[in-house]
Amino acid sequence: MSIIIKDLHAKIGDTEILKGVNLEIPKGEIHAIMGINGSGKSTLSKVIAGHDDYEVTSGSIEMDGDDILELDVDERSRNGIFLAFQYPMEIPGVSNANFIRATLNARLPEGEELDAVAYYKDLYAKMDSLEMDRKFTARAVNEGFSGGEKKRNEILQMAMLQPKYCILDETDSGLDIDALKIVSKGVNSLRSEERGFLIITHYQRLLDYIKPDVVHVMYDGQIIKSGGPELALELEEKGYDHLKPANA
Amino acid sequence: MTSTLELSPITESKAAVDIDAPEWFQTLQNLAWEKFQNTPAPTRKNETWRFGDLKQLNLDNFVSAAELDAGDIDLELNGLEEASAQFIFANDATVHAETDLPEGVICLPLEDALQTHGDLIHQHLLKSEVKLGSEKYAALHAANLSNGLFVYVPKGIEVEKPIEAYHIVAGDNATIFPHTLIITEDNAKVSVVDYFISAASKGDTEDTQLVLAMNDLISTAGSQLNYLTVQNVNLSSKVIQIGSTIVDRDARAKSFVLNVGAAWARNESYCTLAGKGAHSDMLSLNIPTGEQLYDQRTFQHHASPHTYSDLLYKNALYGKTKTTFSGLIAVDEKAHFTDAYQTCRNLLMEDTTEANSMPGLQINADQVKCSHGSTASAISNDEIFYLQARGITPKNARQLIARGFCVQVIERLENDALQNLVINYLDEKFATVV
Repeated sequence: MSIIIKDLHAKIGDTEILKGVNLEIPKGEIHAIMGINGSGKSTLSKVIAGHDDYEVTSGSIEMDGDDILELDVDERSRNGIFLAFQYPMEIPGVSNANFIRATLNARLPEGEELDAVAYYKDLYAKMDSLEMDRKFTARAVNEGFSGGEKKRNEILQMAMLQPKYCILDETDSGLDIDALKIVSKGVNSLRSEERGFLIITHYQRLLDYIKPDVVHVMYDGQIIKSGGPELALELEEKGYDHLKPANA
Repeated sequence: MTSTLELSPITESKAAVDIDAPEWFQTLQNLAWEKFQNTPAPTRKNETWRFGDLKQLNLDNFVSAAELDAGDIDLELNGLEEASAQFIFANDATVHAETDLPEGVICLPLEDALQTHGDLIHQHLLKSEVKLGSEKYAALHAANLSNGLFVYVPKGIEVEKPIEAYHIVAGDNATIFPHTLIITEDNAKVSVVDYFISAASKGDTEDTQLVLAMNDLISTAGSQLNYLTVQNVNLSSKVIQIGSTIVDRDARAKSFVLNVGAAWARNESYCTLAGKGAHSDMLSLNIPTGEQLYDQRTFQHHASPHTYSDLLYKNALYGKTKTTFSGLIAVDEKAHFTDAYQTCRNLLMEDTTEANSMPGLQINADQVKCSHGSTASAISNDEIFYLQARGITPKNARQLIARGFCVQVIERLENDALQNLVINYLDEKFATVV
């Protein structure tokens, strides 16, 4: 059981961003993708989630054996893909609790609704573990949240939705060390044999707290090197330049 | 049908004066009719009708609504769960009145109050000059008005649960002229809801109707007056609502207009901050769909120092709808230390919609904090993507965002019963949007 990406090419407008990505994320593993700005890391996460700004020109993405490229964004989500956003959107006038409830209701058969008591019990327990104040249930989604609060809110949604595959797009950006620890704890608590992770980051720092099984380096729309956790340390020390292909 | 044909258009002759009404009232009606006849109809040159749809002002087909039996009304009323008074007016006749109010509060159909509290009404009825464009139609209203709601809350009395009044219009080409007069004496408190609704049509086609409503809201020292209008007449009908609010020293007035019905609705709201420390919230939520047209004109008149006003009008536009908002903040020479804010936000749910906003400021005092702004925007793809990435369908995502946009102004009511009421109408309207 895994997400398997084969020779994936994608463009936005006339610009090709992904130039043949090959990647397998099995359940039970945490994969990290590192790379410089503009290497295509965030694009990869959006293409997996199904953002329609990007056109997939060739290649495939399969989840547990099924082609997902024909599925809409919301179908992919309901099938078990979760994207934690680098810049979560604000939804004025919609309380966080109502929003998360709507995301869960979207997974139920038409006409069925969540049990409110059980829902709040679950929500509060997960908020407590992320050290989120209860006031965040009534506040509008992400509106006026600090950077750290927004990222914690992403992890809260992830915990509530219990996805099969979690993609974290630069979740560590803009976080101070305390927030980083809390967010990492949240991610680690979701680690399971039943769940795969793809963690996109710019910095090795996050990988001190979330230990990856495999580290990939992305450069110019391709994965140019894969290795164990030690690869992240090597990048931290030597930078990316020595990995660039000779002809780049 | 026969009775309708016998009636002459409202623009040709006025309703007969009620000979039981006080003399001053009969005089007022006669003068108003003269004024209606002598006042020219607005033209393109009138600033107050800029972007307005002047052809809506051809009212020649409308007649005064015929009397109805309560049994003839086929209608489900969607109102408050609990009210301290409930009135139902059908074609301006009182068909239901039920009150459970603190002692001293006077809450009556206007036709009865004219008999019993004529002097009090005389003091306050139609005393404010109409300045926002519909002078002629205000005169038409005054000439024909026969009923409505009268609320008087004496000093220090707080009416806990809101008062509600349904103004039902029935019949083809029928017109009603409801008037609402609310007076809160010092430190009194009340909330009043007016509903404008159409009775179901007897024929196959929807009846065309006209509601020509006015309100006078007088909030004296330290009092709190909340006034909510729910406009939900049928989609063939027209509404003109002209409101005047006077807020005295340390009083707090809050008005909220919800437009979900009508082919065309025009609201003119003039608020005078008359006493030091007066506070006014002017709120509106409009959800036009199909080809509905909403035209709103407001005036925040700061006539005293240390006054505060905050206006928030929101439109969520669907289909081929058009909204017009024109608002002015005027700060008089002596009205120093004024805070005045005005915001109009438009959410364009489809690119076939049109939102016009014309904010304005006239400041003649010092130490004033004023701001005005208007926005018009569509939901961005990134917003939809975020919700979709959580499993919500694009249609539900748009609805959730639009609902949130609307809820932000509803929350300003700061009253659960009133908020829930508006949310019910909001959800009912959203359910009609495919």
